[in-house]
Amino acid sequence: MANSDHTRRTFLSLTGGAAMMVIVRPADATPAMLSAAIRNIVGEANVRTGKVKLDIPPLVENGNTVPMTVSVESPMTADAYVKSIHVFNEKNPQPNIGNFYLGPRSGRAQVSTRIRLADSQKVTAIARLSDDTFWSATADVVVTLAACTEEAI
Amino acid sequence: MPSALINVPKKAKRGDVIEIKTLMSHIMETGYRHTASGDVVPRDIITSFTCRFNGTEVFRADLYPAIAANPFITFFTTVTESGKFEFEWIGDKGFSETAQASITVE
Repeated sequence: MANSDHTRRTFLSLTGGAAMMVIVRPADATPAMLSAAIRNIVGEANVRTGKVKLDIPPLVENGNTVPMTVSVESPMTADAYVKSIHVFNEKNPQPNIGNFYLGPRSGRAQVSTRIRLADSQKVTAIARLSDDTFWSATADVVVTLAACTEEAI
Repeated sequence: MPSALINVPKKAKRGDVIEIKTLMSHIMETGYRHTASGDVVPRDIITSFTCRFNGTEVFRADLYPAIAANPFITFFTTVTESGKFEFEWIGDKGFSETAQASITVE
């Protein structure tokens, strides 16, 4: 008797936990969507870690507006410059955040904007250089109040 | 009522790298929110931002719903001559706004 009670409780807590998960994350981008979005940009090329710096607060209270700066090490000359910067996330409904197109006359490969994060997750920035190599940086962000999920009035 | 805030230095030396800050007021409705009755609030975002200097594109961005409301974008550019920056935001529901800023290069 005690044993069956125990399993019933375990079952209830498990299903309850699963239901909670569904409510909290209604429409996540899946890892497959993320890698598809990245493949869409980089094609078959190799993405190496380095050269890119992703400045984003590690802990944010409000996921509705998270300041973010991406900078890339590059001389920004006619021969060696950053063509574009692409920012992705793991768990928003869509994997893309933004694409930024630069050129040799940008002078400095740095962009800033404010983004939305629907959950605590990884944010990845990928830079395409003029020699068509891809470099990336990833940062973990903990979000206390998620964006997107609240009801509109 | 859409309105843009642009921050471009008034003057610069030839060859300087300047920072440009732009803000466009826009709701950036994600299309993933629901009303209390369960209806989806349709997406209404800015999808594209372009900056041109004397007619030549110097910076462009594709925006997604993950960009926060009132998109704030800063970037850099090298100035070689006096001229005019033109900024253009294009979005859903026929949204299209422009702004301009001039710079004097000494």
